[in-house]
Amino acid sequence: MTMLRVVLSGDFPQSRILSAALLVIFIALAAAPFLFPGTQSLNVAAKICYFVVLAASYDLLLGYTGIVSFAHTMFFGIGGYGAGLALYTWGPTWTSVLIGTLLGLGLAIVLALIIGLFSLRVRAIFFAMITLAVASAFAILASQLSWLTGGEDGRTFRVPEVLRPGYSLLEAGAFSINGRIITYYLIFLAALVLFLGMLRVVNSPFGRVLQGIRENEFRAEALGYRTIVYRSIVNCLSAAMATLAGVLAALWLRYTGPAVTLSFDIMLDILLMVVIGGMGTLYGAVIGATIFILAENYLQALMGALSKSAAGLPVLPQLFDPDRWLLWLGVLFVLSVYFFPAGIVGKLAARK
Amino acid sequence: MSEAALLRLDGVNTHIGPYHILQGVELAVPRGGLTMLLGRNGAGKTTTLRTIMGLWHASAGRVRFDGAEITDWATPDIARAGIAYVPENMGIFADLTVRENLLLAARAGDIDDARLRWVFGLFPALKKFWSLPAGFLSGGQKQMLSIARAVIEPRKLFLIDEPTKGLAPAIIGNMIAAFRELKQTAATILLVEQNFMFAKSLGDTVAVMDNGRVVHAGSMAELAEDRELQHRLLGLSLDSHQ
Repeated sequence: MTMLRVVLSGDFPQSRILSAALLVIFIALAAAPFLFPGTQSLNVAAKICYFVVLAASYDLLLGYTGIVSFAHTMFFGIGGYGAGLALYTWGPTWTSVLIGTLLGLGLAIVLALIIGLFSLRVRAIFFAMITLAVASAFAILASQLSWLTGGEDGRTFRVPEVLRPGYSLLEAGAFSINGRIITYYLIFLAALVLFLGMLRVVNSPFGRVLQGIRENEFRAEALGYRTIVYRSIVNCLSAAMATLAGVLAALWLRYTGPAVTLSFDIMLDILLMVVIGGMGTLYGAVIGATIFILAENYLQALMGALSKSAAGLPVLPQLFDPDRWLLWLGVLFVLSVYFFPAGIVGKLAARK
Repeated sequence: MSEAALLRLDGVNTHIGPYHILQGVELAVPRGGLTMLLGRNGAGKTTTLRTIMGLWHASAGRVRFDGAEITDWATPDIARAGIAYVPENMGIFADLTVRENLLLAARAGDIDDARLRWVFGLFPALKKFWSLPAGFLSGGQKQMLSIARAVIEPRKLFLIDEPTKGLAPAIIGNMIAAFRELKQTAATILLVEQNFMFAKSLGDTVAVMDNGRVVHAGSMAELAEDRELQHRLLGLSLDSHQ
């Protein structure tokens, strides 16, 4: 228990249902390659892992500090392009991964610092607009510099040998550990460490100041905290985390391009994950990302099955037609925001 | 450096948008005493406190604190120089627990145990609700938390804005006892108040504001004796005003 307290930085999930849900998600992700063999399910599990980091890092801004930013996918993209282009240009070695990651981190932190210094002093809406403008400019730049980035097509690259599907670490009958599984565990462990790191940050004295700023900026100032400094630091930290999530995504996809890293759709996805899970709680990011990505991947199949089983009945088969899955996804989100205005975790924590 | 006044305002003018609120405030707060700032609604009392704290900046005049001119300092720097501010609307952090509220105020990161026991002695309710989000506290308890947050670390000067506003008489009694205790620590306090009985029982010196100026300054005892002066300055008579 003490051990767990240290690992979770004393921030236990506030309800039994939530603890159970988190435990199920953790076990499912930890054993995903063996519980759910198959390409698609492993893709979904890996995507959940790096999106948990991405959503949690966004929650540092939105939920913990009350900063609305639309530049989060830009940082995600910087990570993806950083690692991806390094592997593409310098070959599939760990040194490339490291250099690409470090270059990405450097660029992300500098950009976050510049955006922050120019705009964190102004009203929230201007900050949001400036991040939107910078992110759009970056997306255009990435697609225009096609000699470097591959333009709209992006770049497909090779990863270090250990991570390739063809690499086999262990083969025993039906049981095999190949490069894909190694990559998955690399991503899973990195995501876990990053998530626990963020949990530590929000439960530190620094995290308390952030929450104070969110609630009442003038009071925080009157207590002697230079809020601009705190906001700048969290802006950089959040950008760095998003960059690392981008690196993980690139390693998994072995591809980087505007659609999977920089698109505004992803920004909306992150926003929804955080809002559905619950703002101001990192566990909310886990729940939100898991539900969202599962729905995105399996709702269509579920509806297909529903539609088939309702065959012969009036209206229902058309209503559940798999082609209408986006409509139902939308309905799900409207309902969840309506019934859980504080997010799922917020609702569960209030119930105890 | 041994100036008699810890805080001194010289000809301070403050504009808020198009409004000229403070029109040449002259105020001296002596070291180690409790100064009451009285006046009608809209006289400029809260604006004076906010100007001292740098939440609004003076358009003219000077604010001197402990030998330094702080007129143009940023709020966090003023706070770090040793001024604690308890605003009228309490401004507690509702989502944070009582404990976290106090931890935030103790900037060093940890609360001194003896100091905490002293604060619990002043406001026992805070001990009882230690781990509760502050948003669940009653109005009086929030006010106590707000004051506790200011006194959790020794500060040179406390600016306190209408601590009794909207509180039940029994709690006001508590509050008076708490401020008496605080005075024992040789703290310097500038307290804005509408409740004259409260002011009379605590104040050493007094300044009365009207229309953005200090129109009277002197000892509290003198004002408490002089009903005619009270009536003229504050428009009140003690018999009708509790």
